[in-house]
Amino acid sequence: MSRHRTTFTVNGQTQCVEIEARRTLAETLRENCGLTGTHVGCEHGVCGACTVLVDDAPMRSCLIFGVQVDGAAIRTIEGLAAADGTLNALQQAFQDHHGLQCGFCTPGFLMLATWMLERPQKITEASLREVMSSNLCRCTGYQGILDAVRAAARRLGRWDDAGAISTPA
Amino acid sequence: MDPVGAAPLLCTPFRTSSVGPSMKPAAFDYHAPATLDQALDLLRNHGEEARILAGGQSLVPTMAFRMARPSVLVDINRISALAYTKAEGNSLRIGALARHAWFETPVAAGPVGALLAQVAHSIAHAPIRQRGTFCGSLAHADPASEWCATVLALGGTLLLAGPDGRREIAAADWFQGVFTTAIEPGEMLAEVRLPLLDPGWRCGFAEFSRRAGDFALTMAVVAIRIEDGGMREVRIALGGIGGRPELASRAAALLIGQPPSAAIAREAAACAAADCDPQDDIHAPADYRRDLVRSMVRRALTQAFAA
Repeated sequence: MSRHRTTFTVNGQTQCVEIEARRTLAETLRENCGLTGTHVGCEHGVCGACTVLVDDAPMRSCLIFGVQVDGAAIRTIEGLAAADGTLNALQQAFQDHHGLQCGFCTPGFLMLATWMLERPQKITEASLREVMSSNLCRCTGYQGILDAVRAAARRLGRWDDAGAISTPA
Repeated sequence: MDPVGAAPLLCTPFRTSSVGPSMKPAAFDYHAPATLDQALDLLRNHGEEARILAGGQSLVPTMAFRMARPSVLVDINRISALAYTKAEGNSLRIGALARHAWFETPVAAGPVGALLAQVAHSIAHAPIRQRGTFCGSLAHADPASEWCATVLALGGTLLLAGPDGRREIAAADWFQGVFTTAIEPGEMLAEVRLPLLDPGWRCGFAEFSRRAGDFALTMAVVAIRIEDGGMREVRIALGGIGGRPELASRAAALLIGQPPSAAIAREAAACAAADCDPQDDIHAPADYRRDLVRSMVRRALTQAFAA
C-alpha cells in the first residue's frame, strides 16, 4: 500500500493530509479534515449523499480517492452558510419548503443544487428533475426538495419558466 | 468522577489519525503518471496486478465491494494529453480522458454528434457523467453500457497502446462477454474512433430502465443510410440483454432497399426480438426483455426515420 502527502483546498482553506491511497475523498474530508458535514451513505456511488464539488463540478466523494484531488479546490456543505451561521438562499429554501426530514441526504442535495444554481444555463423544470434524480432521499418524497430548489432558483434569478417537462417517447 | 476524562466525549470527534474505521477497498499502490508512456511503463512493470483508473465510476464501486482488488492503480487523470475529442477528416477521435458530460452537447456536427448527445443524457446521473469516461466504459464493457452499444452500432475502432506499440481493433471484435474484452496484458485503451457519418445517415437511440439513471434493461442504437428514398446501409445494436452488446444483423438486412415506414419498423423490431436470446435474471424475465427489444428497436428506428 502507498501513503501520500496530498494538498488541496476545502472551502478555500488549504488542507495538507497524509493518507493511504485507498482512502476515499469522503473519508479524507471526514476523518482527516474533520469535516463531517459530507455524509457517507452507500459508499458505492448510488445514493449521492457524499456529493461534493471538485473544481466546481459535482462528484461522488466515495468514488474518488483522496490522493486524486491533489491541487484541486473542494467545496462542501460546511462552506455554504455565512461565517456567522446565516443560511444561504438555498439552505433557507430547504428549511422553508421542508426539503429535509432526517437530513442525512441533505448535504449531497445541497451541493448538487449549488452546482445547478451556478451553471451558466438557468434551471428548468425538466433539468431540475433530471439532475435531482441523481440522489436518493427516503424521507421527503422529493417534492419538498424540488420546491426548495425551485424557490431558491427563482429568488436568485436562476429559474427558467419556459422549460417543459419532457416525457419518454 | 474525573471531569477532565469526560471532556473528550463532548468534543467534535476530530480524528487526526490516518487509520479510520472504514476502509472499504483493499490496499493498493497508487501511481499518477504524467504521460502515456509512463503509464505503459507502470503497466509493464506491474503486470496483471495493475489496473488503469480513469473516471473510476465503475472500478471504485467494484473495489468497494472487493470484487476487484488491484494491488496497483495507475491513475491516468493527470495525463492531460488524453483529454480530448477531435473531429479529424471522417472520424471523431475520443481520448481516454473524455468525460461522459462532454458529449451532452454535440462534440461534432452531423448525425453522430447528435446521437452521442442524446445517448449521453441516458448515462447514469449528472455527477457520474462529470467524472466517468467514454473510453473507460468501453474498457469496462458492462453489458448495459450505452457507449458500448453505440460504438458497436457506429462500427467504431479502438486504439490500444501497449508494450509492443499500438494496435487497432474493430468494435465488433472487442466485446467478448460480461466485463471481458480483447485487451491484452500491458495494454491500455488510449482512444476510440468513430466514423463521422455524413448527413445521409440517420441515427436513433431508445432504452428502458425502471428508474431514471438505472442500468437499462434493454437498449437499441440504430444507424441508417437512406438514399433515393430507400435504406442502403443499416446497423442495429442491442445492449443490456446478454453478456455483450450485439448486432441485430437479420433485422438490419430486412430493411435494406426498403423505404422507411411504420410497418417495416415493426417488422424489423419483431425480427430483432425473435433473434435475440435474453436470459432470466433478478431484474426481468427473458420474455419481458424480449418484448422490450421489440419496443426499443421500433422506437429507435422510428426516431431515425423521422430525423
